[in-house]
Amino acid sequence: MTLDPAYYLYLSGVLFSIGAVGFLLRRNAIVAFMCVELMLNASNLALVTFSRINGTLDGQVMAFFVMVVAAAEVVVGLAIIVTIFRTRQSASVDDANLLKW
Amino acid sequence: MTDVVLLAQETHAAADASGAASLMWLLIVAPLVGATLLLFAGRRSDKWGHLLATAVSAFTFVLGFAMFLQLRGEGHDERTISQKLYEWIPIGSLHVDFRLRLDPLSICFVLLITFVGTLVHVYSIGYMDHDHDRRRFFAYLNLFIAAMLLLVLADNFLLLYVGWEGVGLASMLLIGFWGDVPAYATAAKKAFVVNRVGDVGLGLAVMTMFATVGAVGFDEVFARAGDISGPTVTAICLLLLLGACGKSAQFPLHVWLPDAMAGPTPASALIHAATMVTAGVYLIARANPLFSASHTARTAVMTVGIITVLIGGVIACAQDDIKKVLAYSTISQIGYMMVGVGLGPAGYALGIFHLLTHGFFKALMFLGAGSVMHGVHNETDMRRMGGLRTFMPWTYWTFLIGWLAIIGAPFTSGFFSKDAILELAYAEENYVIYALGLLGAVITAFYMTRLMAMTFWGPNRFDKGVHPHESPRVMTVPLALLAAGAALSGVLLGGFDADKRPIAAWLEPVFGPAEHHEPAINPVLLTLFTVAVIAGGAYAAFTRYARHDVPITAPGVVLPPVTWARKKLYFDTVYESVVMRPGQWLARALVYVDGRGVDGAVNGAAALVGGTSGRVRRVQTGFVRSYALAMLGGAVLLVGALVLVRLVP
Repeated sequence: MTLDPAYYLYLSGVLFSIGAVGFLLRRNAIVAFMCVELMLNASNLALVTFSRINGTLDGQVMAFFVMVVAAAEVVVGLAIIVTIFRTRQSASVDDANLLKW
Repeated sequence: MTDVVLLAQETHAAADASGAASLMWLLIVAPLVGATLLLFAGRRSDKWGHLLATAVSAFTFVLGFAMFLQLRGEGHDERTISQKLYEWIPIGSLHVDFRLRLDPLSICFVLLITFVGTLVHVYSIGYMDHDHDRRRFFAYLNLFIAAMLLLVLADNFLLLYVGWEGVGLASMLLIGFWGDVPAYATAAKKAFVVNRVGDVGLGLAVMTMFATVGAVGFDEVFARAGDISGPTVTAICLLLLLGACGKSAQFPLHVWLPDAMAGPTPASALIHAATMVTAGVYLIARANPLFSASHTARTAVMTVGIITVLIGGVIACAQDDIKKVLAYSTISQIGYMMVGVGLGPAGYALGIFHLLTHGFFKALMFLGAGSVMHGVHNETDMRRMGGLRTFMPWTYWTFLIGWLAIIGAPFTSGFFSKDAILELAYAEENYVIYALGLLGAVITAFYMTRLMAMTFWGPNRFDKGVHPHESPRVMTVPLALLAAGAALSGVLLGGFDADKRPIAAWLEPVFGPAEHHEPAINPVLLTLFTVAVIAGGAYAAFTRYARHDVPITAPGVVLPPVTWARKKLYFDTVYESVVMRPGQWLARALVYVDGRGVDGAVNGAAALVGGTSGRVRRVQTGFVRSYALAMLGGAVLLVGALVLVRLVP
């Protein structure tokens, strides 16, 4: 049996929304980071689904790019979070508001 | 007449330089190098700077004299030597060479400039001895010599213009030499600005020449002087006259010269008496083929000259500052030269003749005045002098010769040169010019005798504590040499025979042959008459200022003409209210427009951007989650817009 591709898209939408809401509401930097990953993966799922629907490989290729970007981002982002935690003894994103006017 | 002059011009093709004349460029380069060296070496050259500058000046004189001997050795018609240094301006149809020209006219000036210049250098060694900036003074003197020689050696009007501006610069630097005194700095500025008015005339004249003839070289322009239409020639000549009026301090641009006396006295002697101020006369004499082609222009030159003779003389009668009297006297004497060159073909040589003799006796008197000031503690008010003849005999006797020369006492240089101009005016039946010129000669005799009486004769009037003393030898020897020139140059250059003046014969290749008018009266009678009226003027001044006491403060209640003369005939007053103050108002208005309008627009735009961004930047809170919300909102809007566009085609 084949599953209607639309369901994957619904799942993707739900995952993205969870990620977005989590990012907006949680203060812990690690959690915020995980939410970002969640959103990226949701978009990956959507891309792969689109690839399936269209019968081309474009979406899958793009998903790979997103994964590479996500991996690179994690490397840099975690390093920053760890450094901030060491200096300020806090992982709250609201405490790290130095970059402003 | 015009044709004869043109023919004369054309037959004298300039020969290439050889012998001493091939070093023509060195005349300009040597003093220029001297000036540069002294200015850049700074205080290091304080010890020997004045000696170097004097040596350079003496070198130019020796070189100039060698060139004079070489020119004298050439045939009568081969005395024009030119030297092309390089192609200066090759643009389109304008080709101007950096070309120098040595001919009988320019060698006269070279000799005058370098001779008087060298003596002034020597004199300044003593005069400026106590000035800690003496080296800078000598640097400026050398700069002046270079620029003045470029002016007289130039072979085209554009190069002449360069020298013209160069002497203007040197003049301004020397007038403002003690520029820390505000009045002196203002005098320098005034001289510079008034000269610019004249320079506009010269500049326009050169442009008009290029527009009509297509060239600015002397030979090219003069060869086609006959082809240019009458009004254009007149226009060019009048513009040249405007330039001459500025540089030579002629009415109505004479106002800068008396103020220029703010500079050190040797500079006044060299620049503002003997050489630079006569550049205007040189310009007109040099452009003689143009002036010969325009009767109107020559009349204008004569009119300007004779008005200046009278204005300068009248004002000089009421001045108490010894240098101011000499300055107005210079203005007045240059007026005679202008009358001379304005009288046409026969007069060009006479104008130059008077210029040369005047160069001697006026430089002598300025240096003498400097010696007097040196001796009486820098006093310039003649009312506080008197009886100096016993204290400074060298200065007195040399000054006496200068005085005799300028008033035209028989057989001195002024007697030959000034009389020649008056006689020519009479012979050419310009009786108005003759009468006014004679009146000017009487006034000259009056104010110069007044100067002599108030300075050297009569009782002592100087302040207690002033001990007049003779100047050192380094100052009196130049005085003696100039006195010799003032006494003898007239008889050597002019002589008694009006038809065979050596100076006229020497300058004939430049000015062309002059036809001789026999005056209606015997010239001897004319001369006797002139001498008689001059003696009258001198006697009037002698009785008034040598036989009677001269009050130390100028009497307040005087006849109206004396008041007018003391106020310099109100020229400064009128210029200040008509030109200077409106100019200042205009400048202030422009400053206001610039400050509030132009700057306001620029600063206002910057303030607007700055203020706006200052408020907008508050949006940057630094809270990463608010940024995320904004991004989300933006993304939603974007997607919403896309969807909307898709749904509503």
